[in-house]
Amino acid sequence: MQIVGQPVPRKEGRDKVTGQARYIDDLHFPEMLYGTTVRSATARGRIKKISFEGDIPWDEFIVVTAKDIPGENCVALILFDQPYLADEFVNHPEEPILLLAHPDKHLLEEARRNVRIEIEPLPAIFSLHDSLNRKEIIWGEDNIFKAYHVEKGNVDEAWEQADFIVEGEYETGAQEQLYIENNGVIAIASPADGVTVWGSMQCPYYVHKALLKLFGLPEEKIRVVQVETGGGFGGKEEYPSMVAGHAALLSWKSGRPVKIVYDRAEDMVATTKRHPSWTKHRTAVTREGRLLGMEIDFVVDGGAYATLSAVVLSRGTIHAAGPYLCPNVRIKSRAVATNVPPHGAFRGFGAPQSIFALERHMNKVARVVGLSPEEFRLRNFIQEGETTATSQVIHEKVDMQGLLKRAFELTDYQAKQKRFAESNKTSRQKKGIGFASFMHGAGFTGSGEKYLESVVGAEATAEGRVRILAASTEIGQGTNTVFAQIAAEALKLNYDSIEVAKPDTGNVPNSGPTVASRTTMIVGKLVESAVLGLKQTLQSSGLLKEEYAQDDFERACRGYIEQHGPLKSFSKYKAPPGINWDDEKYEGDAYGAYAWAVYVAEVTVDMVTFEARVDDFVALQEVGRVIHPVLAAGQIEGGVAQGIGYTLFEKVVWQDGRMINNQMTNYIIPTAADIPPIRVYFEENPYAYGPAGAKGIGELPMDGAAPAILNAIEQATGVSINHIPLMPESIIEALGGDHV
Amino acid sequence: MSDASLKVQINCTVNGEAQTLDSHPMARLLDVLREELRLTGTKEGCGEGECGACSVLIDGALVNSCLVPVLQVEGASIKTIEGVATGEQLHRVQQAFISCGGAQCGICTPGMVIAAVNLLERTPNPTDAEIRTGLAGNLCRCTGYMKIFDAVVRACQKGEMRNDKP
Repeated sequence: MQIVGQPVPRKEGRDKVTGQARYIDDLHFPEMLYGTTVRSATARGRIKKISFEGDIPWDEFIVVTAKDIPGENCVALILFDQPYLADEFVNHPEEPILLLAHPDKHLLEEARRNVRIEIEPLPAIFSLHDSLNRKEIIWGEDNIFKAYHVEKGNVDEAWEQADFIVEGEYETGAQEQLYIENNGVIAIASPADGVTVWGSMQCPYYVHKALLKLFGLPEEKIRVVQVETGGGFGGKEEYPSMVAGHAALLSWKSGRPVKIVYDRAEDMVATTKRHPSWTKHRTAVTREGRLLGMEIDFVVDGGAYATLSAVVLSRGTIHAAGPYLCPNVRIKSRAVATNVPPHGAFRGFGAPQSIFALERHMNKVARVVGLSPEEFRLRNFIQEGETTATSQVIHEKVDMQGLLKRAFELTDYQAKQKRFAESNKTSRQKKGIGFASFMHGAGFTGSGEKYLESVVGAEATAEGRVRILAASTEIGQGTNTVFAQIAAEALKLNYDSIEVAKPDTGNVPNSGPTVASRTTMIVGKLVESAVLGLKQTLQSSGLLKEEYAQDDFERACRGYIEQHGPLKSFSKYKAPPGINWDDEKYEGDAYGAYAWAVYVAEVTVDMVTFEARVDDFVALQEVGRVIHPVLAAGQIEGGVAQGIGYTLFEKVVWQDGRMINNQMTNYIIPTAADIPPIRVYFEENPYAYGPAGAKGIGELPMDGAAPAILNAIEQATGVSINHIPLMPESIIEALGGDHV
Repeated sequence: MSDASLKVQINCTVNGEAQTLDSHPMARLLDVLREELRLTGTKEGCGEGECGACSVLIDGALVNSCLVPVLQVEGASIKTIEGVATGEQLHRVQQAFISCGGAQCGICTPGMVIAAVNLLERTPNPTDAEIRTGLAGNLCRCTGYMKIFDAVVRACQKGEMRNDKP
């Protein structure tokens, strides 16, 4: 029976639809205290004095400051610049300074409001341009967390040969992940027993690594357990290390379990968001519409500490030149510091920003050359055997031309375009259709997977079932289900006979973080080889024949355990052959495989209210083999919906480095009434090194919506707008401001 | 709020069972359900009535339990996600959410299921527009809503309610 490709029921589906699934805030420990975080009201400054005021029984409270930290006061990630608790200086609004715990959460909130922190302000900067211009040096010597330089061919010579040189600037705003479950953890910590943390998170071993440094304990004294997690989208990649450390510090001092669960306002104001970006393109092109040279300057605002900015920048940089063949490319990119809360991972991880710029710019270049956007792209799409901006030779079968043609058929693109041009002459409702074509690399960039050395285990249970041991988390995307499908298919067993262990660093190996569209493609491959290892052991021990049925396998597992004890098999990542990456030159095989896509948006812009809405959306992609058609389509639809929000709804309003619309009332995400039909289509081209032929999928759908929608709006209104989020005010402004 | 003398007794029915709650009158129904009755299927997403994760039915009406002071439920009949299935038998809306992929991370799911059950009680055969409006008070960040719409359509196709229509 074939299991891959079938819409089997989600493993934890029943618990989720009945309300039985237990999330962190649903758990309660005896003697548990509640913890809270006292934060900076100032963007940048020196802490002068902390006083405990009001009619509060302060002696009942556990109070933790930087002085109470047993190990090092830094959140271990890439660099070690971010403290758990600010000691002398604060560098962004809402920076944690002090922690409180108490059994009564209402009194705790009263107390939090009565801690007075005096801060002597220092000059602060809030925009990436001010940071680039060094209006104030706030980080290191030059405000730059990281810079990359990609060089292919000789772009300096391209300008002379060009018939046209086209320039453009593009900007994207911050975006809140807005998982519906806020961040939260429960910790139990003591010098005798070490630290155990349960929480909502994507990456248990990131939290583990951070707690090691914070407490200075040996590895086995730290245990991190993921509980059911209500969405992540990148927002629970690194920030749970912060929350976990805070709860653990309070528990360490009080000797009691401590729960910290943020409310929505705190989660929105204090935790990470998508990096705002600015991109400048300069493109050399021939009269025939052939790309000759691309010079791209890409800058992201990293906020006050380095966190993940270097890797976000990396992905954005590598995707900046897209699925096009251009002989000469120079990409210079920088992640800069500002005095806002650190920006972090969010689905797409830098790529949606640089792809937005590119796909708006490609339309502009086409217009200058005098070609349609589609004809211009058809002349420049990359083909098998050609090289990307990082000089990676594409060895997979890629057919962007075919994808574009099919997407146009599915949307009746050209006929609609004509029809809209006609109706727009007289209608107040201007309609347009636009598209974006793009690729997205799956897994860690460059040598990342090699350094990670991820491991997955599989064990036989006493009942003869197979249990997968991995730290990869189920956060809604379907990890449990997809792993079970891959294992069942590899072993030719029933889907129901495969279990997936809860990610618990005390029990599962480090299969790497749940990020970068790597869980199915990279970790799934390890699942496949780990379970095949089990089978091999059973067969070489003579307990299992070459051909077997479900109960033969179960009997063999039971027999093995009786004769030899526990049966486990582990598999460690090995790079597919021929993957070479030069970190110094930023050149080579950036990703093992890419997903390829063309997305089409149909929009209406009301010329009285200046509202833009998406009427129809088609997402066509090639993602290798589809393991689970319903989950895969669900990933695409969810990503597109977030992309529509990113483009037309979600505006973070900043004031002195602080988000001031940190509520669902005034930070608006799309509702059921706002989303158009999202029609999802897959082309399947099995990837030789993916499990059952699968490639990564999770981030891809975040890339295409914004440029496709703005391209459609340009067609509808005739005005070119190059920044998101696009609010009605921007459309009025772009139309000259005299339409009101 | 921790002062016991401020508490009052409130009588109501929760999932068909008579309950006497001993609560501060202004305590949020959400907290009473979760903390006093340990019915943790009802979730808090925003605490200000925007996201619908805390949806429950009070006398058949869909409400955000984070906005309801518990004194308002005196004499009322409340249904939470824990009361939607009949024993082991899932409600057809729950079954449809599983088959159609309507639940991803699951945190909005209890509220969404309650809203869908309520929609089908009011409108057994909803149009697409009615489904969208009926669920517009429940935010989901994972699915993009498509699979949730599919689930509602499947639930009414399978259900007896569809047969009620002439």
